[in-house]
Amino acid sequence: MLDYITSYLSMNTTPGQAGNVFWVVVYIMVVFGGVSVAVMAMNWLERKALAHFQIRLGPMRVGPHGLLQPIADAVKLFTKEDIIPSEADKLVFWIAPLIILCASFTVYIVIPFGPTHAITDLNIGILFMLGVSSLSVLGVVMAGWASNSHYPLIGSLRSSAQMISYEIAMGMAVISAILMTSLNKTGTGTLSMIGIVQAQQQQQIWFVFKFFPLGFIALGIFAIAMIAETNRAPFDLPEAESELTAGFHTEYSGLRWSLFMLGEYAAMIAVSSIAVTLWLGGWLRPFPNTLTGETWDLVFSLLPGFSFLALAAFAFIGVVRMPKHPYFRIQTIGLAGFGAVLGLIGLVLFIPPVRDRIQDIFWFVAKVAVFMYLYIWYRATFPRYRFDQLMKVGWKVLLPIAIGVLILTAIMGVIV
Amino acid sequence: MTDPTAYLSHLELGEPDKTFLDSNELIINMGPQHPATHGVLRVILKLDGEKVLGTECVIGYLHRGVEKIAEHRTYTMFNPYVDRMDYVAAVSNGLGYCEAVEKLLNVQAPPRANYIRVILTELNRLASHQLWLGTHALDIGAMTPLFYTFRDREEILKIFEKYCGARLTTHAFRIGGCLYETYDGFERDVKKFLDFVPPKIDEYEELLTTNRIWLERTKNVGKISAADCKALGVTGPVLRASGVKWDIRKAQPYANYSEFDFEIPTGVNGDTYDRYMVRMEEMRQSLRIIRQAVERIPEGPIMAKVPRVMKPPVGEIYHSIEAPKGELGYFIVSDGSTQPYRVRVRPPSFVNLQALDIMVRGALVADVVAVIGTLDIVLGEVDR
Repeated sequence: MLDYITSYLSMNTTPGQAGNVFWVVVYIMVVFGGVSVAVMAMNWLERKALAHFQIRLGPMRVGPHGLLQPIADAVKLFTKEDIIPSEADKLVFWIAPLIILCASFTVYIVIPFGPTHAITDLNIGILFMLGVSSLSVLGVVMAGWASNSHYPLIGSLRSSAQMISYEIAMGMAVISAILMTSLNKTGTGTLSMIGIVQAQQQQQIWFVFKFFPLGFIALGIFAIAMIAETNRAPFDLPEAESELTAGFHTEYSGLRWSLFMLGEYAAMIAVSSIAVTLWLGGWLRPFPNTLTGETWDLVFSLLPGFSFLALAAFAFIGVVRMPKHPYFRIQTIGLAGFGAVLGLIGLVLFIPPVRDRIQDIFWFVAKVAVFMYLYIWYRATFPRYRFDQLMKVGWKVLLPIAIGVLILTAIMGVIV
Repeated sequence: MTDPTAYLSHLELGEPDKTFLDSNELIINMGPQHPATHGVLRVILKLDGEKVLGTECVIGYLHRGVEKIAEHRTYTMFNPYVDRMDYVAAVSNGLGYCEAVEKLLNVQAPPRANYIRVILTELNRLASHQLWLGTHALDIGAMTPLFYTFRDREEILKIFEKYCGARLTTHAFRIGGCLYETYDGFERDVKKFLDFVPPKIDEYEELLTTNRIWLERTKNVGKISAADCKALGVTGPVLRASGVKWDIRKAQPYANYSEFDFEIPTGVNGDTYDRYMVRMEEMRQSLRIIRQAVERIPEGPIMAKVPRVMKPPVGEIYHSIEAPKGELGYFIVSDGSTQPYRVRVRPPSFVNLQALDIMVRGALVADVVAVIGTLDIVLGEVDR
């Protein structure tokens, strides 16, 4: 048994490919837990960042600077009355949030956090991701229909039309990136998520810079389409608050509603990681060609630790700025403790064996975080599209450009 | 003016497009509890998919019988009630009422009182437009301008609070002038505000005016022609955005508006974007008026001689002012007693709301929200 467990450690592959059930389960638990924590962190960050965009403070009461707000929210949602409308189709109403949740969490199977840090690597990885993530539209439609109410119905109709339209432009952009993977000696491309990043490593260029500006445009199209795909502002028509009160989840409350939210945020992270994998070099560190040599390798390997130390410093600045009043004593201690934990993590990340293993994950997460920030930024800046304009943008603007980029990429690939 | 029945022709409910996919029409209730109906407006929408075939407004959820209350109050006692109609422009309401009763009593407010009135009314117009902009943008999906406008509106409310103790329902004026002399530093506060707010207005415009999505959401949305406006009695920025240069401050000057130099912004297309631009320009023109007023404010009494017990002569009077939302008129019938025989208010929001149907017919659900926002209705005033 112990041999079975330790035998994987010497293998240089993902646990799924190694067929090691124990490590697969461990990875699944780590990924599931990590994503859940990331969703909670994202929830807090969105509320704080959005608040600061809008000259507010955001959550400040639960814990220092509202750090415990996601936990308080979760407790509130768990203990809330779970309402199923009497006219609703109970079974479908019950299943819909689960479908969304499953669809958005299943895609994490193939997301490569590092060359071996994935649950498994499928040879059709990207197809699997696009296919499974678009299953969530089913949950949206079911939720809207089962609620047996007008606003959710309109919301879910909008949502299905929107997700299907934007998937096409998204697919075209993805194909242009996949074409780029075939630009090697053998001329065979790959659909495997790990393979796509390795192709970027071999060609020594992130695909966003490949055939400039083709890769860049493709990433732009994907970045727009993925916002529409995850129903976020400015494409948040299915849940347009000012028009449809809450769109397809108007009738949902408590735990079921929180499952929708969990699914939505998980889907945001998932599609962002597709973008990172396809165009931004996945787990590869920046400037691998220009800033080479052992010194730079060391500098880049120390960055994860330093970034955590910076976060810790941030927390300690907060501690210093806390009001000196007995009322805030617990909050101050809590914030100091949080900073200490962050600092400790930072120090642990300096230990050489940890340092080498964590680096891939760090860069991947950092790149995804940039996209997460952009999501918040868009939400604070843009008004909402109208339904027909949304369709127009999808079909008349994004799709032709995506096809053009695809054709040009193919031509460039043949020429080069 | 066009034939008053002419506009009825396109009020008939259009037939939905019949195709083999044709489904049943959907009737949905928007409101009275809805985030974008600005209070308790209930709109019954008849939809074909997302397309609006017809609307019907159901009002009265905020009816408090203000006009009836007036018949049982003395002229002075009724004054605070008018603040509760258009509660975001309470000062304008008070001004209209006070001037109407003054006309009935045949008294003239002293010059200083008029200047104070103009400054406060124009500040209130700015506050009302800021609130409109924030909520309108929020309806269209831009969250951030709401907080910016509320931040700046706060400065106006602070001036009101310092002047008369109240922020929203100010009851700032009395029949015959003003009750309160300006506080020490009033002029400094107003001047500080005049320097503070123009860059903020530019900031709102930066967020919206050239924003692609904002343009798409507002251009050619909720179009209404000048003829339709006149036929329906629509006034205020909605009328001006359709190209009619009609502003009671210029057309029938009241208070001492004739002493000030300002422009009336007008639009061309009568769409939501033009109404937005007209209101943005109106904010700047208000600042111009305030600047002139605060520089020229004379010394002197602030209250005219009015009898303690007001018994206006038998007669009737109609007096209207340019409230932020349009023509606000008071029709007061006096039977010679201390209480009005009848007070009829012509609220701009109520009349402007009638245009909702022809503005949104054939448009999409999202446009209904945009048009309700652009009409700038306050349900307290619609229902009274």
